[in-house]
Amino acid sequence: MELVVEDLAVARGGVPVLEGVSLRLTGGHALVLRGPNGIGKTTLLRTLAGLQPPLSGRVSLDREEMAYAAHADGIKAMLSVEENLRFWAELHGLRDIARALEAFRLGDLAGRLAGSLSAGQKRRLGLARLIVTGRRVWVLDEPTVSLDREAVGWFGAAVRGHLAGGGMAVIATHIDLGIEAEVLELAPFRAVRRAVADDFDEAFL
Amino acid sequence: MRALLLRDLRLAVRAGGGFGLGLAFFLIVVVLVPFGVGPETALLTRIAPGILWLGALLACLLSLDRILALDWEDGSLDLIATAPLPLEAAVSVKALAHWLTTGLPLVAAAPVLGLLLNLPGPGYLWLVLSLAIGTPALSVIGTFGAALTVGLKRGGLLMSLLVLPLYVPTLIFGAEVARRGAEGMDPVTPLLMLGGLTCGTIALLPFASAAVLRVNLR
Repeated sequence: MELVVEDLAVARGGVPVLEGVSLRLTGGHALVLRGPNGIGKTTLLRTLAGLQPPLSGRVSLDREEMAYAAHADGIKAMLSVEENLRFWAELHGLRDIARALEAFRLGDLAGRLAGSLSAGQKRRLGLARLIVTGRRVWVLDEPTVSLDREAVGWFGAAVRGHLAGGGMAVIATHIDLGIEAEVLELAPFRAVRRAVADDFDEAFL
Repeated sequence: MRALLLRDLRLAVRAGGGFGLGLAFFLIVVVLVPFGVGPETALLTRIAPGILWLGALLACLLSLDRILALDWEDGSLDLIATAPLPLEAAVSVKALAHWLTTGLPLVAAAPVLGLLLNLPGPGYLWLVLSLAIGTPALSVIGTFGAALTVGLKRGGLLMSLLVLPLYVPTLIFGAEVARRGAEGMDPVTPLLMLGGLTCGTIALLPFASAAVLRVNLR
C-alpha cells in the first residue's frame, strides 16, 4: 500500500495556504511535516483526513484509510476511560481495546471518568484511540502536546509498532519522536496566489 | 450506529447530560398556563391541546443545541466525521437519541399534564398519538438546525430563529389532531398529514444536515 499525494493545494478560510505539495509514502514508513506557524500543517492534515476538500490535486488513498488526531481529543468527560475507548472501537467495527490501554499505560485509569484526568492523561487517551480505529494511515497534528518525556517515549513506541505492522504515519511535530522518518519542509510550498475562486459568502453569519 | 446511539443515551442520563430538562420545562410551562389565563375550566378545555403541543415544542427546542455543539467543542464531531459511519447515518442516530431522551418522555408526560388542563376524555388518545407521531419530526428538524449553527459562538438563539418557522407545519397539524380528538371530531386527515410530514423529514433532512455539517466542519 502506498500513499501518493500529487500537486495538492489547500486553503484555510478561503485563503490558499499551500500549493504544489507532492509526497509519496509506502507502508512501514513515517513522514514528519515541519514548517513555521500558520504555514498550513493542520490544513494539509485535515485535507488528508478527508475533513475538507483540496483546492486541487489528488490524494491516492481513500479517507476511510486515515485515522486523524488533532488538538482536540474528542473525549467525553462524563464517560470513563474504558467507555470512551470502547465507543471509538465499536464505531470502527472493532472490539479489542486492551492493546490500546496497554500501549499508553491506561490500564489503571480504565475505570476513571475521563473528566478527572490530567491534560497529559487525556492526551494519552486521545492517542490510544488511534490504535482502536484499526486504520492504516495515522494523520497526527502535534500529537505530543502536554505529554511528559516518558509518555512521548510510549507514543514513539506505539508509532513504531504501527509502522512495523505495515502502517503509515504523517505527523506534524516540532520535537524528535525517536522514529525513523523522512522530513518534509513545508515552507517552499507556501501559496503565492491570493485571489480565491470561491464565491461562498460567510460574512452574513 | 448502535455504539453512537448508546453513547449519546449514556451521556444524556449522566450528570450534566440534560435529560429531564425538557421534561421539567414542559411541566412548568403547562402548570403556569392556568395561572396566566385563570381557573376557568371551559376555557382551559378549549386551549388545552394547543398549549400542550406548544409546550412540547418549546421543551424540544430547549435541548437542541446539545445535539451537535458539545461534540463539536471537544473535537468528537471531526472524529465521527472521519469514522466509517456515513455522516447521514450519524446525524440520524443523533436525532433518534435526542427523540428518545426528549421527545419520548414528553409523549409519556402529556396525558398527566392534560389532566391539569382539563383535557376532555376522548382527547387523551389523540394527544398522545399526535405527539408520538409529531415529535420525531421536531427532533430531525432540530438536528438540521443544530447542524446549520454548529461552530457558531452562542449559536443557540440563531438556531431557535431558524428552527421555529420550520416547526410550524408540524405544530399546526399536531395541535389540530389533538383538538379534533378532544372535541370528538374526525382527526384522521390532519393525522395523515402529520404522519406524512414526519416521514418526509426523516427521509430527507438527514441528507441536508450531513451536507451542511460537511461545510461547517471545513
